[in-house]
Formats: sequence, structure tokens, C-alpha cells
Amino acid sequence: MLVKPDPTFYPSARMAMEAPRERHAYVALLDPDGDARPDGLATVDLDAESPTYGEVVHTVDMPDVGDELHHFGWNVCSAALCPYAPHPHLERRYLIVPGLRSSRIYILDTKDDPLRPRIVETIEPETVFSRTGYSRPHTVHCGPDGIYVSALGGPDGDGPGGIFVLDHQTFEPLGRWEVDRGPQELHYDFWWHLGHDVMLTSEWGTPNMVEGGLDPELLLGRQYGHQLHVWDLRRRRHEQVLDLGDEHQMALELRPAHDPTQTHGFVNTVISVEDLTTSVFTWHRPNGEWRVDKTITVGPEPAATEQLPPALQPFGAVPPLSTDQVLSLDDRFLFLSCWGTGELKAYDVSDPLKPVETGSLRIGGIVNRTPHPAHPDRLLNGGPQMVEASRDGKRLYFTNSLYRVLDDQFYPDGIDSWMVKVDVGEDGQLSLDPDFFVDFSADGRRAHQIRLDGGDASSDSYCFP
Amino acid sequence: MESTSLAVLLGLGAFHGLNPGMGWLFAVALGLQERSRRAVLRALPPLAAGHAAAVVVALALFEAVRAVASPRLVALAAGGLLVGLGLWHLIRRRHPRWGGMRLQPHELAVWSFVMASAHGAGLMLFPVVGAGGSDHPVTGLAAATVVDAGSGLALAAAVHSAGMLVAMAGIALLVYEQFGVAILRRAWFNTDLLWWPALIIAGVLVFFT
Repeated sequence: MLVKPDPTFYPSARMAMEAPRERHAYVALLDPDGDARPDGLATVDLDAESPTYGEVVHTVDMPDVGDELHHFGWNVCSAALCPYAPHPHLERRYLIVPGLRSSRIYILDTKDDPLRPRIVETIEPETVFSRTGYSRPHTVHCGPDGIYVSALGGPDGDGPGGIFVLDHQTFEPLGRWEVDRGPQELHYDFWWHLGHDVMLTSEWGTPNMVEGGLDPELLLGRQYGHQLHVWDLRRRRHEQVLDLGDEHQMALELRPAHDPTQTHGFVNTVISVEDLTTSVFTWHRPNGEWRVDKTITVGPEPAATEQLPPALQPFGAVPPLSTDQVLSLDDRFLFLSCWGTGELKAYDVSDPLKPVETGSLRIGGIVNRTPHPAHPDRLLNGGPQMVEASRDGKRLYFTNSLYRVLDDQFYPDGIDSWMVKVDVGEDGQLSLDPDFFVDFSADGRRAHQIRLDGGDASSDSYCFP
Repeated sequence: MESTSLAVLLGLGAFHGLNPGMGWLFAVALGLQERSRRAVLRALPPLAAGHAAAVVVALALFEAVRAVASPRLVALAAGGLLVGLGLWHLIRRRHPRWGGMRLQPHELAVWSFVMASAHGAGLMLFPVVGAGGSDHPVTGLAAATVVDAGSGLALAAAVHSAGMLVAMAGIALLVYEQFGVAILRRAWFNTDLLWWPALIIAGVLVFFT
């Protein structure tokens, strides 16, 4: 318990942009075989003054195998300053790390030695099942009054997926969050507009729909998620469905404006079954009515059949497959990963309904295999995937693995994993840092989500504008 | 009621009003959300009313028990409650999970009531009220005693809540107009570290009065 608020908490996103530069990153590592060795959490040194800058300085192995570490988050963050349930004297020190396949949740303490976090508690899958009715925990957000975790489905692998809450002091699962879920069945991501008591959730598929890989029958039958759900955050009730159109399959990452007075945000859809495009939709609330509008479309790139994995050969093209995105803390730039084509794109979204492309870079990709400037002769597989922005918005970090079974479908020759850094120009241009290339190929595991120490552009939410 | 007691009630009111968890921060947040000082001011009366209600409920319970139980038993029970609550919070820190940013005025009052009750705001006044009324007859329910107790309670709650409202309004406006919420990062001292020991001290005082 602190005497003054944790120094990494900021009342507003604007103030968080003044935060000191990140010194290290925590990166989830996934065993590509799924059952051979444990997943891990790597610490990457980001302190430019340090002799080990840009290197993995430590890796914690999980005690079990088969977790499929994916997304993770902090126990508390700037939302602790929210006035209706304030607890700013708790410390941001624990990482909540769920296993997406095992449903096991690890709590790691980063305080004693931030470079070497250690596991201090494990919530076993049976506890998650019995206390919440959910399984396959995915997104973790520190909320104003507890730790919110999304889950893809129930213990049997079917829907509905939903959200459960952990006590942010004891990590005890407090049960299912929804009081009334209405028609909501599929789940993936969630986030909120705290100033308006609004939560949004997105849709991927139930565990049974996704754990065997992308099922062409389900995909062409438009059975994967294509809706957003609007919720009353306070009363925990479903309010409205926002349908993006069922051709837009898999509505994933939700990036609401960080400014709590705003009511707009962005969601990416992975693939259109009509034309292989990937899209970003903007949700907004003009005149008190929720709307969604497609504001970004990225098209497929033609490719010779022999360059394509079997799953894509019938189409003769490589789809962009946008699988992640991040919004800068000033709500100005949106960065979009195109994991299929191997491109990272930047947009100025000052006018959220009229994004303007400001930058693009290429690395990896199903067909292109674009090298990194650090190793110009080495063809890279995988593509821009989990992307994270520094609090000041000047740097991005991203990794190249998506999800084990999907990696295997789209990059059948395997993924040699890496993490790279991008410098963002004043006007949103992107350039790869030629001196920063973290190579995980010797370790053999695949890098997934990145969290920056002290917070990043997708870790915290704010109650003050 | 003696003037010392009134001054202490006023001072405890100010102590409660300065605690960001009791409402001023909420008023500032609502003002910033709507970019309007009027929204700050609008939030203050319901917040003070909820706090006053919590104090009235706690003191009324105290008076009711006092009317029927022996002074020794009252001191034991009230002191035990205060020390117990203070210790429990020191060991197992929790806060109510109720609320949101879009509260109607009556919901703000309920929120304030819940926060004040959970923090034992009214209980903290027991030693003051207890000391003020220690010459009351303890047996029987004479009409005069009930009236005395009632008016004393109303006065105590009113004085306390006035202190709370003035402190809350002052700091809310200062932060909204002058300092900005950036000051939270430097100046939001952990009032719980004072609050829970204050409850324990109040419990000990009740015990010995």
C-alpha cells in the first residue's frame, strides 16, 4: 500500500503521454507444438542506454505445458483513479497472464526485480470454470473496480463467451459479469467508454469453432463473429447489437477513444468472404444513436498459386488479414497490422469517420517474406501481428505470431518469431528501427502480445479527459 | 452540546470532505466530463446529503442502543465495532463496487451514502456524541430524553455535514478551476492510512467514555 498514488497512474491519456520512456517489455511466448514445452514470458530490454538493449534478458517458463499464452494485462492501472471506486494506492506490479487454451491464469509479480517477474499465484482451470462458468480467458483489462477478463466460451467449448471479474487485491474470481446478455453468444475482445458507462464487446468464435483452426465451412457459411455488442457497464446489461455485415468475418480488436468524453472507436474485421478485404469500422453515437461505418478497407494482393498455402490456393490472392490494431493515446493515429500481406499501416484518425493513411511498412508476409533492415538477406515469415504503442506514441513494437493453429494454416512452413520496433514520425510516417530486431528463432517459441513496463497504449483506461 | 464537541464535529466533517473517496473527486470528474463548473456544483448537494444520511443512520442506531442498554455495554459494543472495522480494513482492504460515471442526483446521494457507511464515517463521531450525552439517564424512554437525543443527533449531523460540504466544495472547485487533476498524482495522499487508525482511535475513546 502506497502513501501517494502509483506514479504510473495518470488521470488522463493526455497526461500519460508525458510519461517516461518504457524501459522493458514483457512478451508472451508460445510453444509451437502446443504440448512439448511450457510457454513463457520473456523480458526484452528497451532501455537504449543499456548494454543489453533489444535483447531478451530473462524468460520465465510456465510450470505447465499447453497454456497458449496470448493476451495479458496488469492488476491495476490508471482506471484506479476513477472517482467512483478509487484505489490509487494499489501498485501496478502484477501481470495477469491467462492461458487461452488451458484456461489457467498465472499471476506474476514484477516488483522485486522488474526484469525477472516470478509466478506468485495460479488460478487453476477448474476454479475458473466453477466460479465463473467460463473458459478460454482472453483479454485482460484493469477496470475501475476490478480486473475484467473476457472468455471465449464455457468449459464445454461452446458459447456463450463472456466476461468475468477478478478481485484486484486477492485475484479471487468474482463470477460472471453479465446480468443480462440478451442475444450475445460469441465473444472476443471488450473495452469501454468509462465516461459514459458503456462497454463494447466483439466476436470471434466459440472455442469449438476456433481451436481446430479456421474452418472453411464456418467461414464461407459466415458463422464467425461479425457483430459488436453495446452494454450498460454499470447495470451489466446488453443494450444493442451493431452488425457489421456477415460477410465481414471475425470482428476482433476494440480500440475506443482514450478520451472518456468521446463515444467513438475502431474495430477491425479479419476477412470479407466476398472480396478477401480486411476492414476497420468506426463506431460512434451521433444524436444519441449508435452507428457503425466502414472507414478503412485494405484489399488482397494477387499471388501465384504455388506461393500460397493450401487454405488460400483457391483464391489466387493473399488477403491482408488484419488481426490487431492500436490507437495512440491522443486518439490521433491508428496502427493496423496486416498479418497476411506483411504490412503495417498507419492512419490519421483525427476525424474518426475519415481516416487518412499516413504511413506503411512491409515485413514478412505470406508471399512477400520481406526482410528486416538488420538482416537484408534473410526472408521472414509471419507478419505484423500484436502491435503495441508507447505512451508517448513515438514508438511501436510488434511481433509476428497469431494463434498456433492459424499460424500453421497460413504459414505452413512454420513461423520463426521476431519482435521489431518502429519509429513513428510527427505526421504518422512509419520506419523500422534498423538496429532493433529481437530474434526468437533460437528459443523456438513464438512471440505474441507485448506489454510495456508502466503501461502502454492498450493497457490503461482513464476517467478524466 | 458543548462548543468543543461542535468544533470536533466540524473538523471531522472537513476531514471527511477532504477525502477524495467521499465525493469531491467525483464532482470534479463530472465537471470535466461535461466541461462545466455547474456540473461540479450540481454534484455537491447530493453528495453531502448522502453523507449526512449515513451519519444520521449511524448516530440514530447509536442513540437507540444507548436508550435501552447500559453505558458500559454501549461503550463496549460501539468501541468494539469501531476498532473492529478499522482493523478489518487495515488488514483486508476492499472498497464498494457500486457506481459509474453517469449517475442521477439521487444515485449520487446513494453512492455517497454507501461510501460513507462502508468507511464508517458516522461511527467515527461516536466518541463526540457519546461524550456530549454521557449525563443522559439510561433507563426508561422518557419523552424528554428522546427529544433531546433527537435534536442533539440532528445538530451533530448538520454541523458535521456542513463541515464536510464546505471542505468538499472548496477542494473540488480548487482542483477544477486552479490545479487540474494532474495534482492527483502528487497530492492524493492515502487518506486510508489516517482513516482506519482514526476509526480505531475513535473506538478506543468510546470505550473509555
